[in-house]
Amino acid sequence: MRGLPLILAAGLGLAAIAPSGAQLSDPNLGRSVAASCSNCHGMTGVSLGDVPSIAGRPKDELVRKMQDYKAGRTQGTIMPQLAKGYTDEQIDLVAAWFAAQSAK
Amino acid sequence: MSAQRRDFLKALGGSALSASFATSVFTLPGCATMAPSSGKVVIVGGGWGGATAAKYIRMWSDGRVDVTLVEPNLDFVSCPLSNLVLGGSSTLADVTMSYDNLARRHGVRFVRDTATAIDADKRVVKLARGGDLLYDRLILSPGVDFIWDSVPALNNAAAQEAILHAWKAGPQTVALRRQLEAMPDGGVFVLSIPVAPYRCPPGPYERACQVAWYFKRAKPKSKVLILDGNADVTSKGPLFKKAWAEEYPGIVEYRPNYALTDVDVATRTAKFEVQDSVRASVLNVIPPQRASAIALSAGVITANGRWCDVDFVTFESVKVKNIHVLGDAIQPATGMPKSGHMANQHAKVCAAAVVALLAGQAPNPAPVLTNTCYSFVSDKDVVHVCSVHQYDKDKRTVLPVPGSGGLSSAMSELEGRYAWNWAKTVWADMLA
Repeated sequence: MRGLPLILAAGLGLAAIAPSGAQLSDPNLGRSVAASCSNCHGMTGVSLGDVPSIAGRPKDELVRKMQDYKAGRTQGTIMPQLAKGYTDEQIDLVAAWFAAQSAK
Repeated sequence: MSAQRRDFLKALGGSALSASFATSVFTLPGCATMAPSSGKVVIVGGGWGGATAAKYIRMWSDGRVDVTLVEPNLDFVSCPLSNLVLGGSSTLADVTMSYDNLARRHGVRFVRDTATAIDADKRVVKLARGGDLLYDRLILSPGVDFIWDSVPALNNAAAQEAILHAWKAGPQTVALRRQLEAMPDGGVFVLSIPVAPYRCPPGPYERACQVAWYFKRAKPKSKVLILDGNADVTSKGPLFKKAWAEEYPGIVEYRPNYALTDVDVATRTAKFEVQDSVRASVLNVIPPQRASAIALSAGVITANGRWCDVDFVTFESVKVKNIHVLGDAIQPATGMPKSGHMANQHAKVCAAAVVALLAGQAPNPAPVLTNTCYSFVSDKDVVHVCSVHQYDKDKRTVLPVPGSGGLSSAMSELEGRYAWNWAKTVWADMLA
């Protein structure tokens, strides 16, 4: 279902705003990459404990936080180490996916 | 009609269970709104890999893929954190959860039974209580069996009740705790660790910490003696050694290169290739391991007669089509530990691939997986190791990303809180 709006957008001549080819070939890529985060952050990013909730946070904020961890600008326990393992494209994908989830 | 569906129907033809499948597989006349099934998946083993795969395939297929989970236990008992039961700061109930939500919320068909054989040509799983299950795709998350031949005196049920492994959380965990409670102060707890690879690399060293934590409070004249088959601590070495030296001085002793050859059950004595035998007050032997016997039946054990090689895009066996293998049973990629968290990640990559394949789509060609492993060095203080593994298209395997991952700088209570957060979250991720 999530792939449908992208296809429509392309059909209406709005292809320029569509994401990269990789996403078009697998509309579930954001979901699948985000599933590597849910072990600690909750299935949709709603925290069950001491870890911050990321569901429904603005995409730009989530990208900035991950990039700050990745660049070493933010200290932490495991997040600086994990963030360095993700590509910039994957960070954009998971940020967009969690931003689209309900905060409750 | 696809070739796959034709094969499936052919397989269905001779089955005693075909009537029950028919209701879920075929769209009934007049029920046009019912989502047609896009395939039948059987999962063997409801541990970290199997339970996750069951839930995620149902979720990601919007209920279109039928999932049957074969698991003999009524409840899920978590190996991670079960060492806290030995220390006494948690109970087995704290690490035990129900499987109920998989069926109730997610529509997984839970079959409380043991798979005894696989016929890969006919795509049939045989069950201990009789009856066959047919599949389009089979997911084996079978865990490990112990190689009892390597400890001959333990190769019988009575001996295994006396000298415990407690390496599959459950009754053995509680029984080992009872042995520790019954041990007089001044006794020696001897822990034998097999040569790697084995399930949960840091687990034995965490166990040593937990028993030492108990002794320090309740039996301060007692000792923890670690006799390691490996040349050094296999995971988080400096962090564990620091904890032993600073938190448990005079209690924990670590000796490398102790390759166990056998035991004497009556005297609780461990025997070694090179060194003198060691007599214990409580002897805990973690035997060497291999993929469980059902993997052998399926013909998917391809590495050293012990583990299963898989294609890391789909976790399908490199040898047998339509059979996927998850968790501790696989021959891991470089730097990939046999851990619960890792099995959960295997399962998600596999679930996405299986849902795509059954819908006639290509799987994600470049999966990413993480591992996070917390070890309790006391009741509250924790150390971690973590890693990120990206698929390398040229090498056709997953590899740790250079510069990513790492260890705790020091043990801390903050990470103790994160460890409990992780456990509760990942348990819910699998089972809620």
